[in-house]
Amino acid sequence: MSHDHSLNPETMPQEPEKATLEGRNKFYGLWFFLGGETVLFASFFGTYIALRNSTAGGPASTDLFGLGLVFAMTMILLTSSLTSVYAMYHMKNNDFKKMQLWLAITAFLGLSFLALEIYEFTHYIIDYGFTFRSSAFGSAFYTLVGFHGGHVTFGIAWLMALMVRNAKRGLNLYNAPKFYTFSLYWHFIDVVWVFIFTVVYLMGRVG
Amino acid sequence: MTNNTNTNHVDSFEKRKKKEEMKKQLISFALMIGFTIIAFIAVAADVMEPMFVVPLILILAVVQVAFQFYYFMHMKDKDHEMPATLMYGGVWAAALTLAGLILIVWW
Repeated sequence: MSHDHSLNPETMPQEPEKATLEGRNKFYGLWFFLGGETVLFASFFGTYIALRNSTAGGPASTDLFGLGLVFAMTMILLTSSLTSVYAMYHMKNNDFKKMQLWLAITAFLGLSFLALEIYEFTHYIIDYGFTFRSSAFGSAFYTLVGFHGGHVTFGIAWLMALMVRNAKRGLNLYNAPKFYTFSLYWHFIDVVWVFIFTVVYLMGRVG
Repeated sequence: MTNNTNTNHVDSFEKRKKKEEMKKQLISFALMIGFTIIAFIAVAADVMEPMFVVPLILILAVVQVAFQFYYFMHMKDKDHEMPATLMYGGVWAAALTLAGLILIVWW
């Protein structure tokens, strides 16, 4: 007779993230949002490609970018995409503790990525005097990469809020879609980074 | 009673299905890491013409992103027609934006 939506192995639907109308709406809503994000990032990429050689006598991409740090950042973010897949695997098996553990690893990897990015920007600003105002290339670079970093920051805040807010509740049909939509968002951040390391850093090295 | 007799069977089937799915996702991850390493080596080795390296790393990126969408984000699964429509709509508008911006600069 209760209205308890807690999941247990007997009552758990196969896809808890889409078992309710609200969950399905969240699912479609997030995909709609990601479609829009694609256009947003395309504008930044287009601007960057157009302006990447307009250095106004300041540092150029070949002077600035080192591949080692970018490779480390790429591996960290790719791995965090996999750890969130593991988290969703445990969500579907109704194992809340393991889900929280893998989400915590995801958050840790996200923070490591962010730390490296902050180090990178500081290095450019202090050692090269390369800032947002240095050149059109500088503006386009910091807008594109910075906006991605902003997305990572927001993602970590979102994830931590979800984890803390639901720590004592356990998994139910109300919060399962919230965890799932976060994981979609996190994968999308990785998708954008794949194009950033290719178009900005690797193509920047090729010249 | 009848319901109960089936539960275990269904559960083990579902479990196996999820395990199978996880295996596919691990393979996708290994491929994605592989593509990334190839892209970095292609650039770091500095032996190929930019004419070849740039299209190569772009193709590697597109393939890698397809794995991310279809496996990690489940776009290959049923019930994902709407997400796929929304995403391809976004990609279409993104392509037009990129083409427009590149056109006004390079022409």
